[in-house]
Amino acid sequence: MTAPLDLIAALGRGVLGVCGVAGRVTLFAALGLSHILRPPFYGRAFLRALLEIGYYSLPVVALTAVFTGMVLALQSSIGLSRFSAESAIASLVVLSITRELGPVLAGLMVAGRVGAAMAAEIGTMRVTDQIDALSTLSTNPMKYLVAPRLLAGIIALPLLVVVADILGVMGGFIIAVAKLGFNPNTYLADTLRFLEAGDVISGLVKAAVFGFIITLMGCYHGYNSRGGAQGVGAATTAAVVVASVLILATDYVLTELFFAR
Amino acid sequence: MSQTPKIRLRGVTKRFGDKLVLDGIDLDVAPNSSMVVIGGSGSGKSVLIKCILGLITPDSGSIEIDGQDMLHLDTRQREAVRARIGMLFQNGALFDSISVADNVAFALLAQKKATKAEARARADAVLAQVGLAASVGDLSPAELSGGMQKRVALARAIAAQPDILFFDEPTTGLDPIMGAVIDGLIVEQVKRLGSTAIAITHDMASARRIGDRAAMIHKGRIVWEGPAGNLMNSGNAMVDQFTHGHREGPIQMELRR
Repeated sequence: MTAPLDLIAALGRGVLGVCGVAGRVTLFAALGLSHILRPPFYGRAFLRALLEIGYYSLPVVALTAVFTGMVLALQSSIGLSRFSAESAIASLVVLSITRELGPVLAGLMVAGRVGAAMAAEIGTMRVTDQIDALSTLSTNPMKYLVAPRLLAGIIALPLLVVVADILGVMGGFIIAVAKLGFNPNTYLADTLRFLEAGDVISGLVKAAVFGFIITLMGCYHGYNSRGGAQGVGAATTAAVVVASVLILATDYVLTELFFAR
Repeated sequence: MSQTPKIRLRGVTKRFGDKLVLDGIDLDVAPNSSMVVIGGSGSGKSVLIKCILGLITPDSGSIEIDGQDMLHLDTRQREAVRARIGMLFQNGALFDSISVADNVAFALLAQKKATKAEARARADAVLAQVGLAASVGDLSPAELSGGMQKRVALARAIAAQPDILFFDEPTTGLDPIMGAVIDGLIVEQVKRLGSTAIAITHDMASARRIGDRAAMIHKGRIVWEGPAGNLMNSGNAMVDQFTHGHREGPIQMELRR
């Protein structure tokens, strides 16, 4: 009669493992955030991270946003025409993009691009003793490596999402005008009619949270990678997968917080 | 040893999971002397050095540097002591995202001991001390050979003129001639700075060149300590087996057959 006990033991081990990781991630995040506020500050490292996360992610985020806007317009025109409600297309596109798809899709794309690179870079530094070397050279690795990246993520993602929002609406506009025969002025007026500041702001807050999640996961998994090339590979995968799942889960929680009544 | 030791370890113990890596290490290193720690792979040498550096916190015991207990200092005092320690890592651990000169000047800039221009001049001077041209400073670490990387790493470790230096297997991965060159540079720089040094190695030729005294660590304990010159005829069965590389002896390699 050991089988049921084994099962319970395995379950318990799993739960304890998850709790342990959650605790370590939380401590790591708290330490990283506290270093953002305490000098010395590494401006150059911050600007480099900002460039890497924000500027170099522009093409992939822009393409994602444009095509998403186009597909939204196309799909909604098919659905809404059944109810003769094509005039709702513009609102549907702009609300979907600003509230959900802009931040979430930008977050997922950046997680794949930046989270992976960050975990690989910091992980390689860990397994080649470079992080220990920083400590021996009067430099706190949390402050030098982690804090600038966290801050850059929190700032860069909302900026990217502003671009994604504009380009997503533009994608919808192109399809609506060129393919569905909307009047450009009417479409733009419809776009702005039901749009509220809260829609955009909630999306930008989400983006800041996602930026934090992406850089936190990249840094945490890289910082704690073990065992050479294979360990760095595993850290890279974990950084992307966990960040992506957390983005989707947090998106739900934030949506509840902002809009549920 | 009548004077206060520069570095004094008492009962340092460290356990990883159920593996006891350091089992009560006692070790004294006199000021301005060089201690070589020898021992097989996995004997706890690297963990010992990382404990003294503060990269790993031991489970129990005391680590004193200049009579100050490192484990009971506040963060700021500990940082101040650590700023006086330089470390040469086994594989160099050069930062590959910045140039060689920035690597060498890293501690100077981090400790705000120099402006950017001064740091560069200082980096060139230190590179010259380890026999490298100033033009090497503009290269990235990945462009250098193994021996050059080791010398740059040595330059980085000594640039802030530390009074304690650690060397983790300084000759591993180098040909015998380059190994001797690195040892020569180490001895020269330690003498010039008047530093206290601890080197861990399993290269006997290197151990005798670098060390004034030597200690052997086995299974987390110091099993022998004496003058480095006596390594080859220490009269200790374990040291003899190790230094002469005999397969049979008191040290049993845990191999599965």
